[in-house]
Amino acid sequence: MTINNPTYDSSVEKPQKTKARKKSFFHANRGDSTFKRTIIHIILIGYCLISVYPLLRIFSVSLRPGNRVLSTDLSIIPPDATFENYRIVLFEQGLLQWIWNSIAVTVTTAIIGLIIAATSAYAFSRYKFKGRSTLLIYLLTTQMIPTAMLMVPLYILAIKLNMIGTYRGLIIAYSVTSVPFSIWILKGYYDTIPIELEEAAIIDGASPLQAFFKIILPLSTPALATTFLFNFSQAWNEFLIARIILGSQESILTWPLGLNRLMGQYLVQWGQYNAAAIIVSIPVMILFLSMSKYMISGLTLGSVKG
Amino acid sequence: MFNFDAFLKSLSEIGSTILVVVLIVVVLEALLYLILVKWLKVKNALVYMLVSPAILGLLLLQIYPLLWEGYISMTNMSLSHFFNYSFIGLRNYVRVFTEPVLKQVTFLPLLWRTILWTLINVFFHVTGGMILALLLNRDMKMRGVYRMFIIIPWALPQVVAAMAWRGEFNYEYGWINVMLKQIGLTPVQWMTSPTPNFAAMCLVNIWLGIPFMTVIFLGGLQSISGEFYEAAEMDGASNWQKFWKITLPMMKPIMTPSIILGTVWTFNNFNIPFFINQYELESSDILVTALFRAAFEYNRYGFSAAFAYVIFFILLIYSAIYAKTTGALKGVKD
Repeated sequence: MTINNPTYDSSVEKPQKTKARKKSFFHANRGDSTFKRTIIHIILIGYCLISVYPLLRIFSVSLRPGNRVLSTDLSIIPPDATFENYRIVLFEQGLLQWIWNSIAVTVTTAIIGLIIAATSAYAFSRYKFKGRSTLLIYLLTTQMIPTAMLMVPLYILAIKLNMIGTYRGLIIAYSVTSVPFSIWILKGYYDTIPIELEEAAIIDGASPLQAFFKIILPLSTPALATTFLFNFSQAWNEFLIARIILGSQESILTWPLGLNRLMGQYLVQWGQYNAAAIIVSIPVMILFLSMSKYMISGLTLGSVKG
Repeated sequence: MFNFDAFLKSLSEIGSTILVVVLIVVVLEALLYLILVKWLKVKNALVYMLVSPAILGLLLLQIYPLLWEGYISMTNMSLSHFFNYSFIGLRNYVRVFTEPVLKQVTFLPLLWRTILWTLINVFFHVTGGMILALLLNRDMKMRGVYRMFIIIPWALPQVVAAMAWRGEFNYEYGWINVMLKQIGLTPVQWMTSPTPNFAAMCLVNIWLGIPFMTVIFLGGLQSISGEFYEAAEMDGASNWQKFWKITLPMMKPIMTPSIILGTVWTFNNFNIPFFINQYELESSDILVTALFRAAFEYNRYGFSAAFAYVIFFILLIYSAIYAKTTGALKGVKD
């Protein structure tokens, strides 16, 4: 199965796109009457509302004072809006702590995972060696294994190695689980870099490792950034492994566990929960929306280029 | 409250973890260098040195746990038999199919529900994504704005999305029931009765999954050359025919892998069925959440290891069929 590799280089991509846009039937105006265009806009606006409405509701509830959180009022900005909930979650609840914990764990794992994947992807891309295709197939198959499949042995291992309630177990588990996918993305990208560049460098007296560090890595910055972001967002949003390994001691929780704790089972602090949700979501969403183009080309490269 | 001691403790823990990882890698590389380069004088030693950290990690954290899980699945390990467990052969595997997996629910209904869940979700993800992609694939005002708004559910952290929706399904205060009441219908018990709860799970997951498909399909649609449509138009093809005869076949290389991936992701989705199912109704569990509960609420480790292996084999069969029918793994060889 091969499709044209989406390229990261936007200068190459753009002329094709505009050409396609001019020629493609669906872009051409001739088929679309004003009536049809209006209908299309209405459908899209309707869907956008459905997309955004839950987020607006989270925002709306986060602005309500504690005694009015449970209300059938559907207005987005409540008449008695207040930032009290934000103050409480940031300074009286453990949110800052949880966010810090998440940042620490996530950045560390993303970096470790990226370094491990970047080097081995190079070997997969440039060398033929024994066991190469078996390993590649294995890496692809691991995408089929649910995290839940590994949780029993990981939990028992963590108990035996005394890693329950520590970040060590979590960091190691996250970095390794992200490796197969990262290798696929990076291998796909390295494959698009002409091998002549390294050959020239080696003729000039560079060692293969030097060629990798001086030529391939700098050229792969967009793919490396994509992989880093992928690993980052995976670990940032992860709940299951964190819940199994970190346990319930409040000061070490990552934010998804912390938020789950705010939900409690019976007495839900809705206002606080929603304020916390807004605080943790907005930065990630901005990051995600600004990088979405690269993330998508990375995804299709990794998964499609079998 | 920000706990400064905990902050310092986390810093030192992370520092020591990085140190340990670096140390392991350095020792590993040095060993390999000595053995492969100095002793055996292997020609492509660099290759093995490059891939070894990844392989070591996967061996320790995937292969070894998997094999060990295979062993646990043949023991009676549980909370009361955590250290003094004994070997009981394949009895756990028989139990998965004959006894209730949780309190009441048995394996087969769980499997059917999971398949139903996967089919419903993937169907709506693909059709919804395709419709939106087709609508967006034209010169229009506000295209970028629409695209950005449509991506939002995907960008929102899943845990946040799931818990926000859970609030919206609240019987008295959730907007769905408030709306239902306003238009004069009876509110629905989204959280406590089985079918509405399952429907709620599906609704949330469909909402979450459509953006991904939209964006992927939109990318694919843009790469189809307009000439095909022009030629079809000359022959007098209708829009409907153009869609079925040109768009769909041309989109196949993009649709097949995204459908396969989507299927596996949905089948394995933990967050949505876990969080939307607030009162832990067994009637809303799918295989993966049932596995979690069997392991960590009922603490039957041996049993859930066997259960995990059964799920694994189902996925393995599915991917084998997929690999065979699409030839997805052919490209690996070159």
